[in-house]
Amino acid sequence: MRVSQTIRLLLVVAVAYAIVELGIPAIGALMKPGTWPVVPVHLVRLYLFFIVIVILLYAAADEERWSRVRGDFRFFFGAPGARIARTATIVAISLAGGYGAYDAVRPRFETPPELRAVHPAPPSSFSIGGKMYDLLTLDNPLRADKQNFAGDVKAGAAIFFKQCFFCHGDKLDGRGLYADAFHPPPANFRDIGTIAQLQESYLFWRIATGGPGLPREGGPWMSSMPVWHRFLSETEIWQVILFLYDFTGHAPRAREP
Amino acid sequence: MRALASMLLFVLVLVAFEAALSLAPWHEGAMAAAGAPAVEATAAQPGAPKLTVADYPRYRGFNSRLTVWIAAQLHLFFAAFVLGVPIFVLVIEFIGWRNGDPRYDRMAHEFIKISMGAFSLTATSGGILVFALAVFYPGLFAYLTRIFGPVMMLYALLFLAETACLYAYYYGWDSMQGRRKPGHLLLGLALNVVGTLLMGLSNSWATFMMAPSGVDSQGVFAGNVWVAVAGPLWTPLNVHRFLANIAYGGAIVGAYAAYKFIAARASEAKAHYDWMGHTANGIAVVAMLPLPFAGYWMTKEIYAYSQQMGITLMGGVFAWLFIIQAVLIGTIFLAANFYLWCGMARLDGANRTAHLVKYIAGVLVICFLVWFTPHTLVMTARELATIGGAYHPVLGPLGVMSAKNTAVNIMILATFFTYQLFRRSMVHSTRPWMARASRFQVALYVAAVANIIWLGVYGYFVPANIRIGLSVPQVMTTLLVIIVCIVVDEVIASRSKRIGAVHWGRMPARAQYALFTLAVAFTWLMGLMGYIRSSIRQHWHVYTVMRDGSVDAFTPTIGHATAIVSVCTLLFLALILFVFWLSGLSRAREAPAGLAEAGATP
Ligand code: HEC
Ligand code: HEM
Repeated sequence: MRVSQTIRLLLVVAVAYAIVELGIPAIGALMKPGTWPVVPVHLVRLYLFFIVIVILLYAAADEERWSRVRGDFRFFFGAPGARIARTATIVAISLAGGYGAYDAVRPRFETPPELRAVHPAPPSSFSIGGKMYDLLTLDNPLRADKQNFAGDVKAGAAIFFKQCFFCHGDKLDGRGLYADAFHPPPANFRDIGTIAQLQESYLFWRIATGGPGLPREGGPWMSSMPVWHRFLSETEIWQVILFLYDFTGHAPRAREP
Repeated sequence: MRALASMLLFVLVLVAFEAALSLAPWHEGAMAAAGAPAVEATAAQPGAPKLTVADYPRYRGFNSRLTVWIAAQLHLFFAAFVLGVPIFVLVIEFIGWRNGDPRYDRMAHEFIKISMGAFSLTATSGGILVFALAVFYPGLFAYLTRIFGPVMMLYALLFLAETACLYAYYYGWDSMQGRRKPGHLLLGLALNVVGTLLMGLSNSWATFMMAPSGVDSQGVFAGNVWVAVAGPLWTPLNVHRFLANIAYGGAIVGAYAAYKFIAARASEAKAHYDWMGHTANGIAVVAMLPLPFAGYWMTKEIYAYSQQMGITLMGGVFAWLFIIQAVLIGTIFLAANFYLWCGMARLDGANRTAHLVKYIAGVLVICFLVWFTPHTLVMTARELATIGGAYHPVLGPLGVMSAKNTAVNIMILATFFTYQLFRRSMVHSTRPWMARASRFQVALYVAAVANIIWLGVYGYFVPANIRIGLSVPQVMTTLLVIIVCIVVDEVIASRSKRIGAVHWGRMPARAQYALFTLAVAFTWLMGLMGYIRSSIRQHWHVYTVMRDGSVDAFTPTIGHATAIVSVCTLLFLALILFVFWLSGLSRAREAPAGLAEAGATP
């Protein structure tokens, strides 16, 4: 038996949906065991919307195919023989719509999702205790000092394991003891999405001023990252930055020529 | 019909409003007023003036920023269109002259006629813009004229030259046929050179405001205008806009052809406008292919100029707008592809390749999903917990530029492949070497895609500043495939027999809506990107040099900004519809004259 054109297209949509809902998390679970990295609902909707659009375009691109699809619809909504299937579909769609409406308005206790800029734009300069730092030109003074490099990294490591690893984890992967308690979660420095794409001056600003130093777009939730300039000296902050890059093997983003 | 009439009425009211404004005496003089005496008052200050709220005149009923914003945007739409069209008109005219086919000449003439109608609106909106800027932002205007005074004078002169060239080119079309054609082509070349210079000069003001050069940190002008013009962002913006204008011009005239196609009754007219729509779509697609590259280059330069600006652009509040940008660009790709797929219906021999469309659609959809997967995912706290952090192991890597570049290059190749299928369906390869050439092409595609993906993956293992550089070999790969395939196809086509003709006009009406979509998406995209570009300056008039002291020195919410962009888009589309209608009028009036349809639109 030849499956009708429309059913074949619907099957493609179903497969695509399954890949998005199950396939991607499954791959993610392989890469990061112990988690089930679902695709966020907002993105699922966007994905499906475009998949459906492309399939519709594909169906409409050829006269013959298009008339077959239209014929299927005419059959489904008109032929007496399809009565039961038709009624069932209409009931199912209505129920699904009703549930969707209910689901959207029912009270829940989850914090609503919001777009948080993980890396908001830094100010062009900031000051600590009267000392101005110009972020456009600031560089790590210890990086040039090749002689004491190993010592500095070691000092940085000592600071990290005294101060930071509760949150950022002993593997620097953001999975410290307290990590699950915080929203937003502590940064994972091994990702290519964090320190690997930032200049050291950016890190200096973030570490020195912490969560409270974030601009408004870094909200809406308060980051628990402490304000380290109250506890660490300038040199110590530079040392821990050296350690972060050294341990993860990332290079800081170079200043463009 | 009733709907069209009421729409036209609406547009007429708008235009009457605009025309009334443009009749004011400053219209002609505004450009030349660049170095006017009013400016001298502030010239006493050495650097950029430090403005306070009191320095910004306010008029009841006018929001200063909105007025300037909308005027600037409308002017940019029209200017982009008017500058883009003559470029491909010249090319089409040249092709028609070389191959002696009068249809090309006629099409080129019809294209330029539409842009003639838009030309007066370009000037009008430009006048309004200068006026609005001088009235609402006198301090900024004075500072810019102090630095760019000579450039602005030159601009005014070039504008006159542009007008002269355009009018001579357009009105001389019919009289300069035959032996005088080369002269006409030279005229078209002059028109384009002047137009491009014009664009370059006006771009320099925008890039100066973003990345000032030639002034010190206090805004004191060192005296060399050229240094101020050729700032760090000037060349990338010029390149991106030059290409985007051509694509934009193609999209708009495509909409014109679609409109005419739907309205046409006679099959001859349908065939003509179908061919025109096909050509316009081709122009838009070809000019669009290098745009992502140009766009990333511009972004890279913005990053290099200031990390703060770069992060504001790609990672901060504007990240959302880039999702919209990605969706719009995807829409453009899909619309163009859909049009090409529908176009297969014009061919008798297309059945041989039609089954490939579903794979192309599949590739496009995958690339498209990668292309708009955002860098920063919006997720609920529960999703955050199941994912195990803000970083998604599968989607996270898709958010960075390596993945985007890879996706867009493959998307470009797929689009080009569709186009190639269409052309190849017309010929029948008879000799064995032709089959070998085709196999070579397939191998080339495979190798290119492999190389692009490999470079994309490699990008994850190198520092960020090198990663961006990898987009160059990726784009080169794509361009290489396109060029080689075009050459091989030409060789094959010239040595084989054609099977079946192209039945121009055998095209479903729904395909025409793809052309409309293309025009709307392009217009919207332009408005959006222009907004993003200028608002990453944040509270500065001239970045880090001259602060915006007005009450409007804040970044509007995303919703508000997109609403204004939509208003601008609607305004422009209404006006351009009016232009289409006008050029239709003149055609109807001159219909008996046949080819001699000059002297119509203003
Ligand atoms: C109380 C938990 C906590 C401690 C302790 C902590 N951090 Fe953080 N840190 C966070 C959280 C949560 C974030 C992510 C949210 C944000 O960006 O502010 C973060 C973010 C960062 C970032 C920004 C990364 C990026 O990609 O933007 C850096 C750098 C950083 N931390 C360095 C450190 C260093 C160095 C220490 C030790 C001196 C430290 N943190 C200690 C919680 C903590
Ligand atoms: C297929 C891909 C693209 C298309 C079709 C496209 C199209 C356009 C168009 C039509 C404009 C308006 C040009 C004008 O005002 O004359 C524009 C501007 C702009 N584009 Fe792109 N673009 C593409 C890719 C990109 C990318 C990848 C980026 C950066 C990440 C980018 C950044 C910009 C910016 C910042 C502007 C504003 C320039 C202005 O002031 O007008 N573009 N683009």
